[in-house]
Amino acid sequence: MHSDVWIAGGGVICGIGNNLSECMNAFKHMEPGMAHMEYLHSVHRHTFPVVEVKASNETLAGWTKMPDKISRTALLSRVAAEEAWRSTGLGDIRQYRVGFVSANTVGGMDKTEEFFAEYLQDNSKGHLSQVIHHECGAITELVADAMGIRHHISTISTACSSGANALMYGARLIKNNMVDVVIAGGTDALTRFTLNGFNTLMILDQAACRPFDDTRTGLNLGEGAGYVVLVSDALAAEMPVGKAPWCRLSGYANANDAYHQTASSPDGIGNYLAMQGAMEMSGIKPADISYINLHGTGTQNNDVAEGSAIARLFEPHYPPVSSTKSFTGHTLGASGGIEAVFSAWAVKEGILYPNANFSKQMKELPFAPVTQFSTGHQLQHVMSNSFGFGGNCSSLVFSKSAQS
Amino acid sequence: MNIYIQGTGCVSPQETAQGGAFPENVLPWEGARLKASEPDYKQWIDVKLIRRMSRVIKMGVAAAQLSLQEAGIQQPDAIITGTAYGCLDDTGVFLSKMINQQEEMLTPTAFIQSTHNTVAGQIALMLGCHGYNNTFVHKGFSFESALLDALMILKEGRSKSILTGAMDELTNHSFNILSRFDLYKKESVTPASLLHSQTHGTVAGEGAACFVLGTEKGTNTKAKLTGVTTLYKPAGKAEIAADIAAFLAAHNCSEDEVSLVISGRNGDASGDEWYEHMENNALAGKPVACFKQLCGEYPTAASFGMWLGAKVIAEQRVAEAALFRGTTPTEIKKVLIYNHYKQTHHSLILLTAC
Repeated sequence: MHSDVWIAGGGVICGIGNNLSECMNAFKHMEPGMAHMEYLHSVHRHTFPVVEVKASNETLAGWTKMPDKISRTALLSRVAAEEAWRSTGLGDIRQYRVGFVSANTVGGMDKTEEFFAEYLQDNSKGHLSQVIHHECGAITELVADAMGIRHHISTISTACSSGANALMYGARLIKNNMVDVVIAGGTDALTRFTLNGFNTLMILDQAACRPFDDTRTGLNLGEGAGYVVLVSDALAAEMPVGKAPWCRLSGYANANDAYHQTASSPDGIGNYLAMQGAMEMSGIKPADISYINLHGTGTQNNDVAEGSAIARLFEPHYPPVSSTKSFTGHTLGASGGIEAVFSAWAVKEGILYPNANFSKQMKELPFAPVTQFSTGHQLQHVMSNSFGFGGNCSSLVFSKSAQS
Repeated sequence: MNIYIQGTGCVSPQETAQGGAFPENVLPWEGARLKASEPDYKQWIDVKLIRRMSRVIKMGVAAAQLSLQEAGIQQPDAIITGTAYGCLDDTGVFLSKMINQQEEMLTPTAFIQSTHNTVAGQIALMLGCHGYNNTFVHKGFSFESALLDALMILKEGRSKSILTGAMDELTNHSFNILSRFDLYKKESVTPASLLHSQTHGTVAGEGAACFVLGTEKGTNTKAKLTGVTTLYKPAGKAEIAADIAAFLAAHNCSEDEVSLVISGRNGDASGDEWYEHMENNALAGKPVACFKQLCGEYPTAASFGMWLGAKVIAEQRVAEAALFRGTTPTEIKKVLIYNHYKQTHHSLILLTAC
């Protein structure tokens, strides 16, 4: 276990852009992606805004050369995983020992919903091709097979923290010299199952979500995929001319809130332990963190728990914070992957992302989120938080190449 | 570093949930569906909670508690589960209501309990365990990924004991749908005839098996988890043979040292060819034990296989119902478990007596 773990590249597709560059433009021009549902067919289409990827399955299939009948979860995954791999300039993927660790929460549920409508009428009906990729792991395999990855494939599902846990497991595979490269992150497509599920919990906002704002009333669901490419010291040193690792994945920790199946504890004990553990692994103090990409869903419960944990841990020097979910919506199993890409890119480019729709200070907190896009910062250590159902809390720390 | 199996727990279609020795008698089953023989959950779970929990949650919690009891540990440092299908029953309930009620008047309980990390989350909640918590959901690699994650974390040195395991449930919907994929036997088979049927298909199973893995030998520790590896879509039987040789070599184990092979035979003629080949070539002459005539086939069935392996080492005997080929060796030191799921997901687990 001597190797550091480096971020050699990344890729993302979500409701504010089909690639990383389009997403950066959306942040720069303050263009969040909330809109009426166009591709998801739900009776709630006029009630809840969502943040859909602005492309049909047919379009995504055209981009990826995959069949348009397969789950949207897999189509989104392939787009972002391909961008991530291409961004590294490492060439033919087959020359390396490669792992693909992809998180998701819905698997092929978009197709299972179609199947079930017929199946419930008559259990001998419904096209089996619509359930063959129901399992979360099936989505990962569709993409691994298409990209020629077979050394190590795995799928993680820990609700909204899934994507971040994929990076941790991927980092361990590299530290244990099981593979040279891991494409790690997550994917999730919008489905009626999740939309209705979150609606029963009464945590969907009917307007654009307002993370870390006193007037927040819930989250907007989004969809997408995001992956970073993790590499060992050896491969980081061999990157082609003109390419260099974005940063290191210097720390990570996962803790459980052990409070409630869906709600966070009021003081965010799980959040606190995850952030503290990640900094401990990085060998840094709270004052060393340059920016926090918040979990920041915009629900009453998450933001007060996360904010309280940050207040307790960072007091009195609060770093700049923002929730990019105010642009992308909550992409569930993908969010940890998408936000890892944003956070690693922030270290490389010195970017602070804005928190959209912020107007009123939360009375419980001594700090407020950043509201403007800005560049040119020296960001030594960026933290990314992902917290979820089941009490699952995860934090990642991305750091500039040399320890300060 | 040695990784010890400090405790095991298993809920399966056999009477395994009482703890203690491997059950003497095989519970008979009929048709192509094996159902778990469930224990009285009241000993571990509040009665009000039992009513709301689906079977996979209850089976998982029970197996976890049994393994912790055997290990004599109240609070593990981490909880890592594997489940291919997750909480199918709650998923089916919420999905059916959503469709039948046109997305109106839905209640949250089934949705909340449908997420794949529900079992690991519930165990953490019941134990008040704030440690690392993860859930792998990769088909026939779900259990193996959980084991590997636990091994890697223990070797990092900061955790002393990790609760890890796998659980999957079979529901009426899933059995119906999986049957339509032509996975199961059409003719009637019995526990004794399944593995000799030489026809297409197998029988469906379910269950939960948990293990407390630790860096120290506990009072009930009889075996070490020496290694685990996975092979995805091997090109052919030769690749598996090479993988077995490389895996044993990586763990400083010669083929001669393997006392017993536990193979994942499930009675499906074409799938069993892989096991037949290994038993006749790479592992020729070794006694072979099997387990899917006891627990049925499901993507995390290898967890039952590992539970059997741990029992075999602890008791230094192979139950008659499990022995498939050869005779029980006089001393059982190393047990190799070779399993595949639908010929796509192959895995190897090596246990060593201690």
